[in-house]
Amino acid sequence: MRESAPARPDFVREQVAEHDFSVVNKPLTAWDKVYGSGFVRKAFLLAVLAGIWQAYASYLGNSLVLPTFTETLQSFWKLVASGDLPKRALVSMKVLLQGYAIGLVLALVVTVLAMTSRLGNDLLETLTAMLNPLPAIALLPLALIWLGLGNASIVFVLVHAVMWPIALNTHSGFQGVSATMRMVGRNYGLRGLAYVAKILMPAAFPHILAGLKIGWAFAWRTLIAAELVFGTTSGSGGLGWFIYENKNVLDIPAVFAGLFTVILIGLVVENFVFRLIENRTVRRWGMQH
Amino acid sequence: MSAVPAQPLLRVEGVTLQYKTREHLVTATYRVSFDVHPADRFVLLGPSGCGKSTLLKAVGGYLNPVEGTIRLKGVEVVKPGADRMMVFQEFDQLLPWKTVKQNVMFALEASGRLKGKAAEERAMAYIEKVNLTRFADNLPHTLSGGMKQRVAIARGMAMEPDILLMDEPFAALDALTRRKMQDELMQLWEDTRFTVLFVTHSIPEAVRIGNRILLLSPHPGQVKAELGSDGRDEVDPSTGVRLSDRIHRMLFSGQDVEEDAVHHA
Repeated sequence: MRESAPARPDFVREQVAEHDFSVVNKPLTAWDKVYGSGFVRKAFLLAVLAGIWQAYASYLGNSLVLPTFTETLQSFWKLVASGDLPKRALVSMKVLLQGYAIGLVLALVVTVLAMTSRLGNDLLETLTAMLNPLPAIALLPLALIWLGLGNASIVFVLVHAVMWPIALNTHSGFQGVSATMRMVGRNYGLRGLAYVAKILMPAAFPHILAGLKIGWAFAWRTLIAAELVFGTTSGSGGLGWFIYENKNVLDIPAVFAGLFTVILIGLVVENFVFRLIENRTVRRWGMQH
Repeated sequence: MSAVPAQPLLRVEGVTLQYKTREHLVTATYRVSFDVHPADRFVLLGPSGCGKSTLLKAVGGYLNPVEGTIRLKGVEVVKPGADRMMVFQEFDQLLPWKTVKQNVMFALEASGRLKGKAAEERAMAYIEKVNLTRFADNLPHTLSGGMKQRVAIARGMAMEPDILLMDEPFAALDALTRRKMQDELMQLWEDTRFTVLFVTHSIPEAVRIGNRILLLSPHPGQVKAELGSDGRDEVDPSTGVRLSDRIHRMLFSGQDVEEDAVHHA
């Protein structure tokens, strides 16, 4: 005999009105709260990394090769207290921000051009294909000849380092904007700059943000490398020059303190500046999770 | 029958539309003509591939006919404009970085219709019409599909365009929501008597929503018939069948099946 599902009676139920609900929100456990905090998770990871560093350096026992985490920290505090490190960091920051800002503006100009005409599009594609693979540092000798010793040369290579990745990301973001959203914008009669600023930019914002982050990282790499290779180009050097100087006098904990500063700035910018922008924009809009 | 006014609101005359894919030049419609009059609920109905969405986009001004003309109030349509508001099928037609209210207001402000306070008042009035007042400050990603479409409709209507263009606006909704949205649209029409050009591939939807239904045949789209509908879909004494059955037969008649068979052979 074939098996059949058991017969069951039908039923209809009265609904409970919302104000009569007896279930309340289930509170989170302490562990949920701790684990749910991105800050706590990241702090934990950082502590683990510092622990590994400390353990391996102690095992080596040679601070000329790898100073321990605590030695680096001590050197870092000493240099911060003496005001030397903050001064160097400030010098680097100033140059970096100049290069970053100019690169960003140029990148936007080029991408807007690329979005408004086909020739502009070809120009951007060709230029990024040609220039993006070119290491910024390779342009520094030329920049020194053209612009002389000084900040201008470093800003020039920074602009090169920042501009192409941001332009490339922004452009691919613009191209990824859905056809529907484009039609909506044109339906309102938006054209040219207004169309780019009010529809394309926000719609492509996740990509633009990624470009900004990549550009930021490239800018740091280029800046430190430029300072390391070509030394101080103005009166007082930045962090790269600081690292180079201390390597020459074999003050390795100070070298690490310099690197540590770069890392710290990177962490702060990522977790406060970029995270804040993300929370206020793409996350709030449900475009990124 | 009442006299047809001399000047229709929208006149589509002998429109042939083509678009290019990578390999082919596709003819979407061939010499399609129809007239839409004020307060019409004009439905373009046909199977996929009959060019109805392409036709709607042409009325929207997104592509220009290779032959024939589209005239709105006697003026030829050449580019997109806020006098023809589109409501799309896709949920991503709302700008995700703006709240419900801002989405409706932005349309008014970007097109230069209204500014500031006046735009806000108009926006809220239409948001209330689609029963979303409670959600005016929500961002689109927190809304259900049906609610998103209601916002899109409110946005289109707030612009008070000459004609509202709807491209299968309810096709991505579940059956229950879809039915509800159709009733709501009819209610809105009773209130404001706007003119709408509505694209669908659903015969019941066409019969329920439209007062005029233009039947298109596929590959390429050509006019097959234009029928009136009273929305009730009862048995018509003159033909002896329901309107929906009549349309069904016209769209899927034996002749067509044979033609298709020949086509594929």
